Amino acid sequence: MTRPVVIVGAGPAGLSAARCLAEAGLRDVRVLERATEPGGLPRSCLHPGWGMLDFGRVWTGPSYARRLAEAAMAAGVEIVTGAAATSIGADGTVGVARSEGHAPVGARAVLIATGIREMSRAARAISGSRPWGVLNTGAFQDMVAAGSPPPFHAPVIVGTEWVAFSALLTARHARIRPVAMIEPGPRILAHRPADLVARHVFGVPVLLRTRLLAIDGAERVEAVRVECGGRVERIACDGVVLSGRFVPDAALARASDIAIDRGTGGPVIDSAWRCGEGAVFAAGNAVRPVEHSGFVAREGRAAAQAILKALAGALPPFAEGLPVEAGGALRYAYPQRLVRDAGGATLHARAATAHDGWLRVLADGRAVHERRVRALPERRLRLDVAAATLRDAAALTVELA
Amino acid sequence: MPPRVSRRDERHDVAVIGAGVVGCAIARAFALAGLGVALIERGRDILSGASKANSAILHTGFDAIPGSLEAACVRDGHALYRALHAAFGLPLLETGALLVAWTPAELAQLPEIVARARANGVEDARIVAVPDIYRFEPGLAAGALGAVVVPGEAVIDPWSAPLAYALQAVAHGALVLRGVEVTGGQPDAHGWRLATTAGTLRARVVVNCAGLYGDLVEAIARPSPFAIRPRKGQFVVLDKTARRHVRGIVLPVPNERTKGVLVSPTAFGNVIVGPTAEDQEDRRDTSVDGATLEVLRAQGARLVPALADEPVTAAYAGLRPATQVKDFIVEALPERRWITVSGIRSTGLTASLGLADHVASLHAAHFGPLPPRPEPIPVRVPNLAEESPRPWQTPGRGEIVCHCEMVTRAELEAALDGPLPAGDLGGLKRRTRCMLGRCQGFHCTRRVLEIATPRIGGPAALAADPEARR
Repeated sequence: MTRPVVIVGAGPAGLSAARCLAEAGLRDVRVLERATEPGGLPRSCLHPGWGMLDFGRVWTGPSYARRLAEAAMAAGVEIVTGAAATSIGADGTVGVARSEGHAPVGARAVLIATGIREMSRAARAISGSRPWGVLNTGAFQDMVAAGSPPPFHAPVIVGTEWVAFSALLTARHARIRPVAMIEPGPRILAHRPADLVARHVFGVPVLLRTRLLAIDGAERVEAVRVECGGRVERIACDGVVLSGRFVPDAALARASDIAIDRGTGGPVIDSAWRCGEGAVFAAGNAVRPVEHSGFVAREGRAAAQAILKALAGALPPFAEGLPVEAGGALRYAYPQRLVRDAGGATLHARAATAHDGWLRVLADGRAVHERRVRALPERRLRLDVAAATLRDAAALTVELA
Repeated sequence: MPPRVSRRDERHDVAVIGAGVVGCAIARAFALAGLGVALIERGRDILSGASKANSAILHTGFDAIPGSLEAACVRDGHALYRALHAAFGLPLLETGALLVAWTPAELAQLPEIVARARANGVEDARIVAVPDIYRFEPGLAAGALGAVVVPGEAVIDPWSAPLAYALQAVAHGALVLRGVEVTGGQPDAHGWRLATTAGTLRARVVVNCAGLYGDLVEAIARPSPFAIRPRKGQFVVLDKTARRHVRGIVLPVPNERTKGVLVSPTAFGNVIVGPTAEDQEDRRDTSVDGATLEVLRAQGARLVPALADEPVTAAYAGLRPATQVKDFIVEALPERRWITVSGIRSTGLTASLGLADHVASLHAAHFGPLPPRPEPIPVRVPNLAEESPRPWQTPGRGEIVCHCEMVTRAELEAALDGPLPAGDLGGLKRRTRCMLGRCQGFHCTRRVLEIATPRIGGPAALAADPEARR
């Protein structure tokens, strides 16, 4: 049987898209989730802060995850857990490994909503020995949420993105007192005053301009060596939380020969969330590192609308779209291709490092829009592209100069 | 609970010190011959030292010193692995190797490399010219001037092979003592009384396979005539998507000290780049260096340009137990009832089965003939290689715990059970590949520990101890 839509990943993006499709009257919408429970990463974030944008209420991560799944199922979505997608064909065939066996499932549209993870120690090329006790926030929170014994009691938290402060909340929940948070830059990456909260509410010093040099320890972590203002210091600790530096979990896309953008690390998409001419779509954090769940859920719903259009044959070919490139001090811009439909389009971009300068849109080399920005690496830059540009240009470049 | 070393009056025929790949193969050879074997390992699991980290290549020995013991053992070990791997369920990736010359000086060395290969009995090594090089390795960077093809070089699973040898030794009655360190020894009328951290162990003959600690263990029998100088090799493991860019093993023209940085597929479907060759004093320091890892990555991308866009999955470092001698050091000391097996460097994985036969023949020559070999008890290890079906692909496999490496709960439970269960988290990773994939435990750490902790205690239990709090 060929299903209308198969969605890979039951996190905020996938479940929101599925619910939207079902509520639009599509039957047999199926969400594949490789974990034993739906909900995605919010499931292991025990602190409140979830649901405001999509449900108008603030819940803990697990409550939010449960509501997302319940709302999708109430709309008629089928969520299959323990089902790992192993490949995606451009024709919409998804290889699915379930306990009962490994079989392909056909779909008229497939949505990749596989989310993100934090960069591992190896991918960050961190020096030092390799003892037990070096974990990403995700693994740490997963252990605490499940009531497992905590992996450490006095860790150093590396990084100051929002998730680092989430790790701090998790530590408090588990009665763990982090020794310090360290940040190589001159300011925290999350919004201030999170650093003041860390220092005064949690009693955890936030060390700025402090770079992790190496991890020390034989069986388990004993210390980290850091460089701070040209001095090398040793901070005793029994664990390291490697927070942030998210990357799209794009393994499935990579293995399926779907084009990957070097900047985002996720699949190349157009403004209709398509990964190419075929039946494959991608949305949520799988297309670029990290946005909060409310934003991601909205992307899921937008992708659902695009899929409905595609199923109705109402989308122009992928190849006719306007290609977009990121330049200058930008790390990436997406979507990487804009559908030339009647209205305008919106681009999102991020700077590679903190940068004050001009954010410009060049249509075939000519500036059609510019504005002065103070860009920070973990903040989204939004750009609107006018309908006329969308219609007439052959290529767009977005740059931060 | 400390393992039982021996009954009061028990005397093992052979005590093998060190359960690296060489110790495991030697224990197997003696156990197959019907001798009573005790295999003693200081780590909590086999392969805790030099053998846990290498390039996983089944060498032909094409570049060995002709006439050396290493050349002979590599040749024999290679042939034995080819003969035995299928019965053990062990993989063999017939990748071949391409040794590439990038400069005129390197190009000039190729005939000599082929001549040495011939002298080592590797008859099919041959020089290939430029268009053919890229037929063997389409992803290779432009600019290769010439190459030697060595078709027999292959890739194997460096952890499952020694495990299979140890399991067959156990099947034939060998006692594997893990977490037991030999601290000294006294010769007695019938051999040795070895002092260990778990009591005295008596043996008729002692085989020193202590790897990185070989000289220290040798000092029990005599002032060590050799000194171990650990040589560190760092490796970068690239994502499985890199595998499509690399068909076989890509080698540089070697120099005096090292075989240089290679690019190779792994049996698990990844691509590795390494090793470095860094002499150091410390026998335990397997730390990695971030800047070196970046250099390795760049070197990999220089050899195969498409690797530049491939993410890093893992990084590791191994220590090779080098000595001042260029060859293996293997000798029997008949009057001391002692056999030395030391200085086994990067070729140990390949040479181990050949070395084991050589050591068994030394035993037969000096300590009495070995009993006729009984029919070996078949042993099969779980397949971890990508080339053959794995348990997650079979119906009814149950929960997948590690999705990067597709490791099932049943595989984890099996590795924690049986005659030689995983002794620690590292051993569990080596037996199943759990947590070794691209997310490095982001998703599966909690679940793996839930399954493993009741059996191995391990890190979670350690951290849960209130006494461990600072």
